[in-house]
Amino acid sequence: MDPIDISKVQPIIDRFVGKDVYIHLETTNGAYASHFNEKVFSAGAYIRNGKINYTRGKITGDGPYRAGLKIELGWIYAEGLTHWELDAKNRLLMAGHDTDGKLAVALQISETPFE
Amino acid sequence: MEKQVLVVFPHPDDEAFGVSGSIALHIENGIPVTYMCLTLGEMGRNMGNPPFANRESLPEVRKMELQEACKALGIEDLRMMGLRDKTIEFEDPEWLANEITKAIDELDPSLIITFYPGYSVHPDHEACGEAVIQAVKRIPASKRPKVECVAFSNDCVEKLGEPDVILDVSSVQDKKIATIEAHKSQTAGLMAGMKKRLQANEEELMNRIKYEQFWTYKFD
Ligand SMILES: [Zn+2]
Repeated sequence: MDPIDISKVQPIIDRFVGKDVYIHLETTNGAYASHFNEKVFSAGAYIRNGKINYTRGKITGDGPYRAGLKIELGWIYAEGLTHWELDAKNRLLMAGHDTDGKLAVALQISETPFE
Repeated sequence: MEKQVLVVFPHPDDEAFGVSGSIALHIENGIPVTYMCLTLGEMGRNMGNPPFANRESLPEVRKMELQEACKALGIEDLRMMGLRDKTIEFEDPEWLANEITKAIDELDPSLIITFYPGYSVHPDHEACGEAVIQAVKRIPASKRPKVECVAFSNDCVEKLGEPDVILDVSSVQDKKIATIEAHKSQTAGLMAGMKKRLQANEEELMNRIKYEQFWTYKFD
C-alpha cells in the first residue's frame, strides 16, 4: 500500500459513483487491547460485503485522512486513513495504520464481492 | 509416550511462541502431529511496517507463512478449516464441536493441545478451547485423550494455579525460532528486537523460548 495522496485516491472514489458496490468497513483496536492495558476500552466494528450505491464520495483532511460516502438514505464514513491501493481486482483498499504499523481502520470498495 | 497429537488453534501463529517447541519434540520422537488451524488470521492488524500486506492479501500471506511454519516443524498434516478470523464465537458451538469430534474419531489422539477456555484472552481462542472441551466431554471419561491447554490471561495463575506441565524444549530451540520467523507478517517487528535480546542471553526471554507450559484440563 502507498501513503494516501488525495489527488490519486479521489478520482478512484469517483469511479464507483452510481454503481452497486460492495463495502468492507472495519475499525479495531485489537482483541488484546484490554489484556495489555486494562484501562483501554476495546471497541471495534466490522461490515463485510455490505451492498451499497453512493451518489457522492469524498476523501479529505491533512493526513490521516477522512472519507465519506453519501448513500441514498445516509452515510458511510471512516477516519484515520493513511494508506491506499488499487489492487489487481480493481478494488479500492484504504486503511489506517497506527504508529506501530498496525491496522486500525479499513474502508474498501469493490464492484465484486470480497471473498 | 504419545501415539498421536492433535493441535487445535484458531490462528496461524498461535502455535509459535508457546507450543512449537513441544510439537517439534513430539515429531522428533516419531509421534504424528495434526494441526487444525481454524482461520487464516484474516483480521490480523500487523501488515508489516511499512505495510507489505493489506486486508485482502493478508489471508494468502498468512497461509503461506503457516505452511512455512509447518515445514520448519515437520508437521505433515495441516488442516486449514476455512473459518473466518474473529467470527468463531458467533458460529454454532454444536457444529464446531462436531468438526472437532470428526477429527478425534478419525485420528484417535492420545493428546490434544488447545487454549484453556476462560483463560486465553482472544474471543476466538476461548471459542476454540470451548469447542475442543465440548467434543472431548462427549467421550466416556475412561477413554478421553489428555488435553493440555495454553492459558495466558492476567488471572490464569491466580485462578488455575501454576501450570502442571513444563517442557524443556531447548534441544529444538532452532526449530522454534524458525517457526516464529516463518510468521513474518506478524512477528518481523518483534523478531528484530528479540534476536538482540537473545544474543545478550536475556533470561526471561530465553526462558520463554526454552520452556513451554501447559495446564492439563480437569474434567469434572
Ligand atoms: Zn490467536
